[in-house]
Amino acid sequence: MKTTANPSRRTFLKATAALSGGLVIAFWLPGRRGLARAQGAPKAPIPPNAFLRIAKDGTVTVMVKNLEFGQGVTTALPMLVVEELECDWSRVRAELAPAAPEYAHTAFGMQMTGGSMSVGDSWTQLRTVGAQARTMLVAAAAAQWKVKPEACRAEKGFVIGPGGKKASFGSLAEAAAKLPAPEKVALKDPKQFKLIGKPTRRLDSVERIEAKTVFGLDVKRPGLHTALVAHPPVVGARVAKFDAQKVRGIAGVTHVVQTSLGVAVVAKNFWAAKKGRDALEIEWDAGPGATLSSEGLRAEYAALAKQPGPMAKKAADPNAIKAAAKTVVAEYEVPFLAHAPMEPLNCTVEYRGDSAEVWCGSQFQTVDQAAAAKAMGLTPDKVTLHTMPAGGGFGRRANPASDYVVEACEIAKSVKVPVKTVWTREDDVRGGYYRPMYVHRVEAGLDAKGAIVGWNHAIVGQSIIAGTAFEPFLVKEGIDHTSVEGVSDTPYDIPNLAVTLHSPKSPVTTLWWRSVGHSHTAFVMETMMDELAAAAGEDPLAFRRKLLAKHPRVVATLDLAARKAGWGTALPKGRARGIAVHESFGSVCAQVAEVSLEKGEVKVHRVVAAFDCGLVVNPMTVEAQVQGAIAFGLSAALHSAITIKDGKVQQSNFHDYRVLRLSEMPKVEVHIVSSGADKPTGVGEPATPPIAPAVANALFALTGKRARSLPLGKTSWA
Amino acid sequence: MTKFYVNGEPVEFRAAPDTPLLWALRDHLGLTGTKFGCGLSQCGACTVHVNGEPALACSIPVSDLQGKRVTTIEGLPANAVTKAVKGAWVDKDVVQCGYCQPGQVMAAVALLTKNKSPSDAEIDAAMDGNLCRCGTYPRIREAVKTAAAKLAGKR
Repeated sequence: MKTTANPSRRTFLKATAALSGGLVIAFWLPGRRGLARAQGAPKAPIPPNAFLRIAKDGTVTVMVKNLEFGQGVTTALPMLVVEELECDWSRVRAELAPAAPEYAHTAFGMQMTGGSMSVGDSWTQLRTVGAQARTMLVAAAAAQWKVKPEACRAEKGFVIGPGGKKASFGSLAEAAAKLPAPEKVALKDPKQFKLIGKPTRRLDSVERIEAKTVFGLDVKRPGLHTALVAHPPVVGARVAKFDAQKVRGIAGVTHVVQTSLGVAVVAKNFWAAKKGRDALEIEWDAGPGATLSSEGLRAEYAALAKQPGPMAKKAADPNAIKAAAKTVVAEYEVPFLAHAPMEPLNCTVEYRGDSAEVWCGSQFQTVDQAAAAKAMGLTPDKVTLHTMPAGGGFGRRANPASDYVVEACEIAKSVKVPVKTVWTREDDVRGGYYRPMYVHRVEAGLDAKGAIVGWNHAIVGQSIIAGTAFEPFLVKEGIDHTSVEGVSDTPYDIPNLAVTLHSPKSPVTTLWWRSVGHSHTAFVMETMMDELAAAAGEDPLAFRRKLLAKHPRVVATLDLAARKAGWGTALPKGRARGIAVHESFGSVCAQVAEVSLEKGEVKVHRVVAAFDCGLVVNPMTVEAQVQGAIAFGLSAALHSAITIKDGKVQQSNFHDYRVLRLSEMPKVEVHIVSSGADKPTGVGEPATPPIAPAVANALFALTGKRARSLPLGKTSWA
Repeated sequence: MTKFYVNGEPVEFRAAPDTPLLWALRDHLGLTGTKFGCGLSQCGACTVHVNGEPALACSIPVSDLQGKRVTTIEGLPANAVTKAVKGAWVDKDVVQCGYCQPGQVMAAVALLTKNKSPSDAEIDAAMDGNLCRCGTYPRIREAVKTAAAKLAGKR
């Protein structure tokens, strides 16, 4: 069982064309291609699509159209194919697909990884591929044996016919490939699944552990140079002039070139490039960012939150809240956040004048391929983009502006030698694409019985989507859906909920970060819900359940977490529990956190999570994703913040952009809700949003103090 | 010139002597299993063994390595500890993106070579320098315990 990184696209297509002794399934699901065209994707006829190869030796290779960056698609997607194909799982391998139109998302028309959509997007597509291939293999065997296909069946990589006839998939592949792919195939009823739903270890563990996986940073090419780029020290600054005299004397440095955003030093190795960059003297034109500070933004946002603005949701009766017996008003703040994946950003480019090859761990192959082409003055069909396994991403490798790809292409075109750009951790933390900072202001009213009568919710923060190619799809009437998701579409039955959104602009560039809007809206909704429960004198669980009566799925998930956590039972002195539930990406996650204070620091001991993600493809991956999403959310809940002063990001590396360490990881128990659903919903992101409010609510239970800003570590709890 | 050993092979390093071991391995010796994560001894992605002790390759200039023995993930001896650690990592399905895992494995092998039955606190202490943004920490803890149990069973 092996996963191998990208084949060369050329080799791959050649193999496809030659059918080199194996079965290639030509398969295409027509989809909405508007976005891809808007991005300038190739308009050439759609080539034969291939998700599956069966070699003569019986090896089954599944092409994975998404980026593998930890979420487990190189195991989950082959499981979908193999369920229908009926081959031997131990003969299966996965390859990451290069950028190509046939690997587009079935609905969005562009090749991408995001929105916790990968398995759901491939759910029907890849099972169909498997069923088509099985049908063709059976037909090939039946023809060979001169029997009816109905008299044959496929099992563990063999077709079995009447009278003990048996032929391996490998031996049948060549004949099967010559048959037409059936247009209609019946897919199994979920009750018949053998592999889907079964805990399945990753296909690529051994190669990852033994460091045989080639990540983007590990790409080797003949004559490859390394480039480090001096980026603006102040957000939005531009190069005024630079002096490279001291750089040129450094052994190994070969070129110094200006890019759109900064100055690149190209050298024969990383260390020479790093020394060269350190020796650069650059005069920057700071521009309007020079006076920017996150403190200033906070004051500006807080003032805006009290102003009327575009409404994401209007109250049926805006005056109802005025009759409230008790009103709770709270202002919340969450900081800018960097993604900080373990593998720093990098991109390798070979520019050959009339064509180019690009290697990078891209979440947005279609967009990055088009941007790379534009940067080099080529058409997208002349740019081969190899999708490399990535060491995390969390949204940073899905930039509509393709910043780090464009930069590498500019350098490669300029110096005309193969170049790999490497971002240092400092470049990454100061790299300028952040989860936006937001201020929320909530005014909620309760009647004398403790029931909510009105809820005015204002959100202030930069739009992630405005100005990108996604604007026509995700911004409606001034409302960026990703800024308000989790509030305006809350499952809570809140009478007279009004949601206002202000989207001020600033020179800080922003980007989606694991769970996008839910990363801040869940914190506000769920801590406010807790605060209202306390104001109403009710148990936080009971208070929530009443407001969720119309959403049995959310209630069931909440109840499961509460029951497994022993909600309401006694805890040792100095410990307390907090609860939170949030719906996102089609899934529901509820969490109960147990906390204490140790020397004034917040210690999270245990998190009990209940998760409804629809039909479960691989429970082992689902558990890992919930654990991981909690760790990721806990980093931001407890520690991480990007702050800006005089236009400069004040953090630079993991010592001051603190993330969770192993000793801080709570025990996490994951309970998957058996919902009987007939399709999968999101897995990678939905467990991130509830952890911050669960911990904050536990801290309230412990200390009586309300956390209204993140990270929680900056509040004095003692 | 600095003479040292990498995975048992002698190396004569003639490039800039302040080159960090990490970049000597990756750029000059083509050993890319040792990963770059922070360059500041903060994340453990570049964990190697120097004379048998865990060390961070990003922060050791080659000039400090005269005569020393460096072991990287590519050259871990196939002994009982290595086998137990790798086996446990697969068994517990630790890997997510996998980028930090070579460093995690190097840290775990160093721990279990010295201490065959580490306590929970000792595991936390030994593995705390190795960051994982995917959050594989719970499974790393389990895998170290599984490997330790396997080694205990062998004695």
